[in-house]
Amino acid sequence: MEKWPNNRAWLLVLPVFVIVAFSAIIPLMTVINYSVQDIFGPGQSVFVGTEWFREMLADKRLHDALWRQFLFSGLVLAIEMPLGILIALAMPKKGWAASVCLVTIALPLLIPWNTIGTIWMIFTRPDIGLFGAGMNDLLGIPFDHTDNWLDAWITVMLMEVWHWTPLVALLAYAGLRAIPEVYYQAARIDGASAWATFLYIQLPKMRGVLTIAFLLRFMDSFLIYAEPFVLTGGGPGNSTTFLSIYLVKIALLQFDLGPGGAFSLIYFVIVLLFSFIFYQALQRVGKGETV
Amino acid sequence: MKGKKKTIGLVIYFILLLMPIYWMLSMSLRSNADILASFALYPKGLTFMNYMRIFTDSSWYMGYVNSMIYVAMNTVISLSVALPAAYAFSRYSFVGDKQMFFWLLTNRMAPAAVFALPFFQLYSTIGLLDTHFAVALAHCLFNVPLSVWILEGFMSGVPREIDETAFIDGYSFPRFFVTIFLPLIRSGVGVTAFFCFMFSWVELLLARTLTVTEAKPISAIMTRTISASGLDFGLLAAAGILTIVPGALVIWFVRNHMAKGFAMGRV
Repeated sequence: MEKWPNNRAWLLVLPVFVIVAFSAIIPLMTVINYSVQDIFGPGQSVFVGTEWFREMLADKRLHDALWRQFLFSGLVLAIEMPLGILIALAMPKKGWAASVCLVTIALPLLIPWNTIGTIWMIFTRPDIGLFGAGMNDLLGIPFDHTDNWLDAWITVMLMEVWHWTPLVALLAYAGLRAIPEVYYQAARIDGASAWATFLYIQLPKMRGVLTIAFLLRFMDSFLIYAEPFVLTGGGPGNSTTFLSIYLVKIALLQFDLGPGGAFSLIYFVIVLLFSFIFYQALQRVGKGETV
Repeated sequence: MKGKKKTIGLVIYFILLLMPIYWMLSMSLRSNADILASFALYPKGLTFMNYMRIFTDSSWYMGYVNSMIYVAMNTVISLSVALPAAYAFSRYSFVGDKQMFFWLLTNRMAPAAVFALPFFQLYSTIGLLDTHFAVALAHCLFNVPLSVWILEGFMSGVPREIDETAFIDGYSFPRFFVTIFLPLIRSGVGVTAFFCFMFSWVELLLARTLTVTEAKPISAIMTRTISASGLDFGLLAAAGILTIVPGALVIWFVRNHMAKGFAMGRV
């Protein structure tokens, strides 16, 4: 479908441009400004060039946070994608049961992020939490996410999987519903097994929505802040300090504007880079077979 | 037999899904002393004390009101600027349209942590700090691009012959847009409003950074309670349960449209 060439369409886009530019470009300029100066106080600053960038790029804690972040996002994708597809396959196709399933599954997505952290903090505490107390007293496995880094990771991963698998499941479910019944009939006539039906019909047909689920889960897990902040506060030690948590620590708590600005830009460039790669992938999917 | 296995698996998943929420609900119905004194799978003596405290203390319940106000403002702003822009992207090709679309999307991917500090400075410079409008405007950063993205998808599903016919019949653009086009994409607008609500409602970092007392969202008030020594678990749990309620209501209303919105894969 050819679009009408018309440059006056810019007038329609203008309000969006203004409002997003106000929230995106001005703050970005401010950050760039910080990143090249050493600021002592109001009106007192010295131009320092790339010093903060060199300092942040050599910062061991930033490297650690970055690797932690990649590990976290990788694990999230490896667990949530297959699990979400499985759930979508098991969900009833129509009727009241489908409605109930949809509403229940969507519930975690509508809970404020810090409440998610609170829920899991209460749920996993070794003294009052069902999970924490169950592990310690019932199963006899020592479990304390405030003390042991592995337990903290397990808790954060459980929380993340609990919170966001529904998104993958809903997307996959929507993709499955869009497959015409004739495909299944053809598969039945050919005597295809359930596994073959999944591999050759359902999975290829879900490619579009699954790509988007993958992108969204990567992006949002890469930006995670509130949930681990409430649950573990980045600890014990720095074991669950992800990029956003570390950045907020530098920029808002220590108020180190220069290093914070440089960190922000480095972070932003990484996200932009991945956004660009993913956007290209998305375009390719859009051009190919749509769901 | 196979269908049965599926159902059992699904039931187990739902139990696991609801268990943490149930646990918080159970905590919210017990007094803090009771919670710390004994471990119990269900509340033995029900008390609504925690809820009463929230509903009678204005520093608590105003948090909910504040959140509602800026979420509503954000949804209205996002929709009203995104509608014309989405129309432009779905119907016209113009100089820089692809670059513009990509730039918009990058803002959906921008880490809120990057913007927290400059937002604070920007809004305090223009004197908007600690107002509902500031939070509503800040949340536009990710909700406007998202709205454009979702709406563009719905609009592209409407054949352009409809636009052409209307213009030949002598409709002006605004009249066509409001009386003919908008009703056609009604469910798209609903889905978009749902996602605007969702992402503004769940966001914490920017909302907390931009507010001090007057417009403080409930999520920030809860964080403050967490950092205080001598944590009141019952009260915290009750506040948490109350933040789930609006979301649950909204899901219930859009449940039939939800699958459609997700099918477009534009979340």
